[in-house]
Amino acid sequence: MRALMMPHRIVMLAVAAGLVAWIVLTGNWSWLPKYAPMIGQGVWRTIWLLVLSVMIGFSLALPLGLAQASGPWYLARPARAFCTVIRGTPLLLQIWLLYYGLGSLFPGIPWIRESELWPILRQAWPYALLALSLSYAGYEGEVMRGAFASVPRGQIEAARAMGMPRRKIFARISLPLAFHSVLPTLGGETVLQLKATPLVATITVIEIYAVASRVRQDTLITYEPLFLVAAIYLMLAGLIVLGFRWLESRQPRRAA
Amino acid sequence: MDTLGLLALSPPGWGGTLLVGLWASIRIAVGAFGLGLAIGLAGAYGKIYGGPVLRDCLAVYTTVVRALPELILILLLYFGLTDLVNKLMLASGYGRIQISGVTAGVLVLGVVQGAYATEVLRGAILAVPSGQIEAARAMGMPAGKIARRITIPTMLGLALPGLSNLWLIATKDTALLAIVGFNELTLATRQAAGTTKAFFTFFIAAGVIYLVISMLSTWGFARLEAWARRGDPPRTAGGG
Repeated sequence: MRALMMPHRIVMLAVAAGLVAWIVLTGNWSWLPKYAPMIGQGVWRTIWLLVLSVMIGFSLALPLGLAQASGPWYLARPARAFCTVIRGTPLLLQIWLLYYGLGSLFPGIPWIRESELWPILRQAWPYALLALSLSYAGYEGEVMRGAFASVPRGQIEAARAMGMPRRKIFARISLPLAFHSVLPTLGGETVLQLKATPLVATITVIEIYAVASRVRQDTLITYEPLFLVAAIYLMLAGLIVLGFRWLESRQPRRAA
Repeated sequence: MDTLGLLALSPPGWGGTLLVGLWASIRIAVGAFGLGLAIGLAGAYGKIYGGPVLRDCLAVYTTVVRALPELILILLLYFGLTDLVNKLMLASGYGRIQISGVTAGVLVLGVVQGAYATEVLRGAILAVPSGQIEAARAMGMPAGKIARRITIPTMLGLALPGLSNLWLIATKDTALLAIVGFNELTLATRQAAGTTKAFFTFFIAAGVIYLVISMLSTWGFARLEAWARRGDPPRTAGGG
C-alpha cells in the first residue's frame, strides 16, 4: 500500500481510473443486456477449454518429458520430434489442420459415422480441445524434459540402493522433485495457454472472444466488446497467477 | 490431379500462392522483430536508468501487453491505429488513407514483440558486470559509447537465447494476421485447401515450411550466439 502512495503513482492511478470511467460512461453498452447470457456461456466455455486442455496436455507431457530425459532412443526420438513439430508450427495452423483435415476425413469413413461418438465428432469443440491439448503437451513436454533431467542423480541412486522399484522411484522421487521445479514455469505457460484459447473462435467454437466478434458483426460496435473481453482475460490471467502462487506456497521448501 | 501436383508453382498448382504468402509472412516477421528490438532496447534502458514515472509507465506497457491475448491486441491496435491515423488525417485537412496490411501487421506485432523484448534485454543488461560500466564511466566515456562498446556487446551472448525465442514467436504470430484477413502463409494455405479440398496436403506443406524456418533460425541463432560469446572466458567444468 505504501508503494502506491507516491505522487506520480497516484496520478497514474487517477489517469487509469479516468480512462476506465470514460470508456464505461461514453461507450455504447446498449448491446450488453442482450448478449449477457452469451457472454456468460463464453466465459464458461473458455474456462473449461483451458482447464481440460491443461490437464490432458500435462498428463501427455509427463511421458513425453520422461521419454526424452531418460527413455530408450525409440521412445526419445518420436517424443522429441513431436515437441519440435508442435513448437515449430503456428497453433492456428494446427487447429485448422485438425478441424478441416480430420473434419473432412471422418464423414467418409462409415464406421465412424455410424458410431455413437459421431454426434460429438460433428461439433467443433472436440477438435479445439484436441489441438489445444496437443499444443500444451508439446510445450510442456520440453519443460518436463529439462525438469526430469535436472533431478539430482544422487537421489535416484539412493532410492535404488534402498531397493525401491522403478515405478515407486518415479512416483516418490522424480515426479515430486520435477514438479516442484517446474511449478513457476507452468504458471506462466498456463497464462500463455489462456491467451491461445481465442484461436478456437476461428473454427466456430463460441468462447468469450467469439462473442465479441459476434457483437461486432451484429451491431458494428468494435471497441466496447473488445475492451470488455480484454478485461475478462486480464481477470482470468490474474486468477491463474494467484492460483499458481497459492500452489507454490503449499510446496514444502527446503530450509535454507 | 494428384495431390502433389496441387503444390506446383504455376496455376492450376497452388505453390505460387503459398510462396507469395510466405514472402509476406517473412517480411512482417522481420519488420516486427526489428521494431520489437528497437522498442525493447529503449524500454530496457528506460526501465533500468529511467526515472520513476518512466519506469512505471513501461511496467504498465509490458504487463498489459503480456497479459492480453495477441489476437485481441492485434484487433484493438489494428482498428485503433487505422482509426486514429484517419482521424488525424481528417483533422489536419487530408483525406482518408488506407494503411497497408504489411505496415499495420509490422506495427501491431512490433508493439507486442517490444514488450517481451524489453524484459529479455533488461535481464541481459542487468547481467553485465557493473564494474565494467563503472570503469567505462571513470574513463569518461559518454553514455552512447558505453552502450555501443561495453553494454551491448557484453549482454548480446546472454540475450540471444531469449531473442531467438522471440524471433520464433514472431514468425508464428504472423499467422494471427490471417484472422484480420491479411494474406500471409496461413491464410493462403486455407484458401488453397478450401478450394481444392486437399486439406492435409496444404496444411502439412505449410507446416513443413514453418518447421524449416524455425529449424534454420534455431541453427542461425546458435551460430550467432557462439559468435557473440567468442570473447567469454571458458566455462569451468562442474561450476556454472
